[in-house]
Amino acid sequence: MNNTKKKQRGRLGETWHQLKKNKFAIVGLVIIVIVLLIAVFAPVLAPYSYDTQDLVNAYAKPSAEHLLGTDKFGRDTFSRLIWGTRKSMEMGLGCVAFGTAAGLIIGSIAGYFGGRVDNIIMRIMDIFSCVPMMLMCVVIAAILGPSTRNAIIAIAVSTTPSAARLIRANILTVRGKEFVEAARAIDGKAPHIILNHVLPNAIAPTIVSTTMNIGNSIISGATLSFIGLGAQPPIAEWGAMLSEGRNLMRDHMELVLYPGICIMITVLAFNMLGDGLRDAMDPRLRN
Amino acid sequence: MSAPLIEVRNLKKFFKTGRGMLHAVDDVNFTIEEGKTLGVVGESGCGKSTLGRTILHLLDATDGQILYKGKDITTPTRKELSALRHEMQIIFQDPFSSLNPRKSVSETIMEPMKLSHSMKKQEMIDRTKELMETVGLAERFWGTYPHELDGGRRQRIGIARALALGPRFIVCDEPVSALDVSIQAQILNLMLDLQEQRKLTYMFVTHDLSVVKYISDDILVMYLGQVVEKAPSDELFKNTLHPYSKALLSAIPVPDIHANNELVTLAGEITSPIDPKPGCRFMARCPYASDRCNEPQKIEEILPNHFVSCCKCREINNL
Amino acid sequence: MENNKPIVEIRDLHVQFHSDDAVIHAVNGVDLTIREGETLGLVGETGAGKTTIARAILGIVAKPQGEITQGEIFFEGQDILKLHEKDMRSLRGNQIAMIFQDPMTALNPIERVGEQIEEAIGLHNDISHAEAIERAMQMLELVGIPRERYFEYPHQFSGGMKQRVVIAMALACNPKLLLADEPTTALDVTIQAQVLKMMRELKEKLNTAVLMITHDLGVVASICQKVAVIYAGEIVEYGTLEQIFDHPTHPYTLGLFGSLPKLDSTEKRLKPIRGMMPDPTIEIQGCKFADRCEYATEECRARHPEIYTTPDGHQIRCLRAGKEGA
Repeated sequence: MNNTKKKQRGRLGETWHQLKKNKFAIVGLVIIVIVLLIAVFAPVLAPYSYDTQDLVNAYAKPSAEHLLGTDKFGRDTFSRLIWGTRKSMEMGLGCVAFGTAAGLIIGSIAGYFGGRVDNIIMRIMDIFSCVPMMLMCVVIAAILGPSTRNAIIAIAVSTTPSAARLIRANILTVRGKEFVEAARAIDGKAPHIILNHVLPNAIAPTIVSTTMNIGNSIISGATLSFIGLGAQPPIAEWGAMLSEGRNLMRDHMELVLYPGICIMITVLAFNMLGDGLRDAMDPRLRN
Repeated sequence: MSAPLIEVRNLKKFFKTGRGMLHAVDDVNFTIEEGKTLGVVGESGCGKSTLGRTILHLLDATDGQILYKGKDITTPTRKELSALRHEMQIIFQDPFSSLNPRKSVSETIMEPMKLSHSMKKQEMIDRTKELMETVGLAERFWGTYPHELDGGRRQRIGIARALALGPRFIVCDEPVSALDVSIQAQILNLMLDLQEQRKLTYMFVTHDLSVVKYISDDILVMYLGQVVEKAPSDELFKNTLHPYSKALLSAIPVPDIHANNELVTLAGEITSPIDPKPGCRFMARCPYASDRCNEPQKIEEILPNHFVSCCKCREINNL
Repeated sequence: MENNKPIVEIRDLHVQFHSDDAVIHAVNGVDLTIREGETLGLVGETGAGKTTIARAILGIVAKPQGEITQGEIFFEGQDILKLHEKDMRSLRGNQIAMIFQDPMTALNPIERVGEQIEEAIGLHNDISHAEAIERAMQMLELVGIPRERYFEYPHQFSGGMKQRVVIAMALACNPKLLLADEPTTALDVTIQAQVLKMMRELKEKLNTAVLMITHDLGVVASICQKVAVIYAGEIVEYGTLEQIFDHPTHPYTLGLFGSLPKLDSTEKRLKPIRGMMPDPTIEIQGCKFADRCEYATEECRARHPEIYTTPDGHQIRCLRAGKEGA
């Protein structure tokens, strides 16, 4: 109730200040940063290449030479996990980048112009979202052919409707605010108003869902790879590694366990950060 | 006498809704002389805010004419509209939602100047400083964001923004309703000072009769989109003629224990402005209603310069 | 009235809120008594601590941010700050009820209004369902709503009608004390007049003590018998309606009256109080109003004024009070 005078901080500063207090979010953030660093420096960090075979040493136990042992082709599991980080993050971030960008543009147009434009766009989005996400991915991947790039396109397309709907709803809220009207009254033109007044205020709430979407996209990417429609052998990707290890699970549990743990920890980290961001950005939970 | 600054003739603004046409502003006429203040009073849903926004072309008029300095501006071209935006401005009610939370004080005040592309950077900075001083904002708030400020200071930002391009006419949409009394008085005084210094013309939209009396030269009382009474401020308070204006006036709790504090209450609530019947719109709540009120009402000059839209007005007031 | 027994006695109440880097002193040593059947107007501006006092009486100062750091609140002689949550719950809604500013937040949008009232009755009274329904219908009629509307949903009511329903709900258990937090602020004037009139009639009928929280001196004049003016978490002036309206003494009270545009005057300028309320995170040594006061002296800034009480019970927290020329 009482308006305290806080130390002067911008919106971003305030969010960071709030986020810092949430231990889970910080743990998530730290994990994400580490994972990203691993992805970027994979060639430096991995002792072997992802496709270096050593058939004599297949199914090797963990040793100083092969920290986590080797798979059926004698490839170093530890190295493949590191290279896999790169592919998995590429999929997660790629899907979200494309899906969110498309959703942003589509949702902004629908939200700002409203009326018939809005109706047509949103009905098309509805049709898209009627199709189960996995089915959509399978169909797109099947049409375009299985590859990492096509898996990214498939997942991006299937996440677009929800992103578009979210941004549209936010734009509708912001558009009704008086400062948008004020901008019109001082002779602001539509592009200026959308870019300067509407979008900056409508995007913030989508940051949370975007963060969480990265986690989901990593899972989707892994799933597609698992069923053979994503990353193709011999490329190392966590989902693909799971898929390869699946048949050997009885004798060599670790081949499924390691990539599984990697996926789990990374997704968990994104969800923790997303949760924390939501709390930090919601002024009602403050004070 | 020269042409009035603003003249509105038979202005109508309807909205299409699921249940029919909403008559937000229905056949409104008035003029405002330069340097004067027209107070527009009414309860929520009477169309007072829509009226202001229609004049400023934030909404398109359904029918009727708007004249500025004698020139018809009802359907301006893009260029004319740009020019008009320099001349006519608005101050909003809610000092919270009327400021973009991501723009600092100086950015908000400077924006109109940037958009007009008529000033150099240094000029804009100087002018912004000058405006902040005019509205009573200390220079230390230059880079401050609205959420760090209280309602009164935020409203000052809104006023500075409206003044940035040197307008002649300002629509004030309930500019003090959201403020505490002591702050409200500060803002009202500021607005009066500005009017004196800059010869501004105001259209002051409010539900608060005591505020409107204090600030206006002429008053327009609206009910469900129509003008029910129009008169100079003192005259309206001295000789209140329309039954609705009377009810409105007596419904205000007066902060004086020796005044007659017996609140005269109206029966019922505001009826819907969607597809209204042709007769008097106040009829359903009016204590004097009779069959004659089913006819469309004409606004008449009952006393000199005092217009009332009520067929029984003379009868009720023994005129 | 003076001899009526007190329903609520607040003694030296202090409430603080904790935000991450500051302590907000919301209520700073408030003493207040509300007697049986009396309506006390608590007047002040946003952030003065009005609502916090009501919340403290209701025992809903939210932890962990909010904390009652000092003081006692006696409800019919019993210190309710020492009560267990379970006992407090049985007081709340039953003996003490609260009406909020926004009627919408107080009503459940997906439940029929009658059922909401009936529920409130059933919760605190050991009566049959049929009796509770009948009682709820009576309550609706009491606040001027036809009993047929029992089965309607909140969205079918207008703002004024909703506030009536909220009042009916609050009064359903015949509470001894009603805390009304700006109950008419969100309403149009003609509707406000209806609700105020109804509240005044109800009060005569039910003899409920009311704490009327408002910023509107007009509302106070039309419904209250006693007035307490609150500024920055302190009561700065307290007295009967006549004392406050005819002889306002504290400079802040005077300032409030000066800030109001009056219907019957022809002044060309208002006399606003300069400046703003002090930052509640900063502890002020002297008088909290000194910075805005035109009479402030060095002494005012150095020494915190105690309450000065006139022989007829008019209380003023100002060093000038009782001195020559004040």
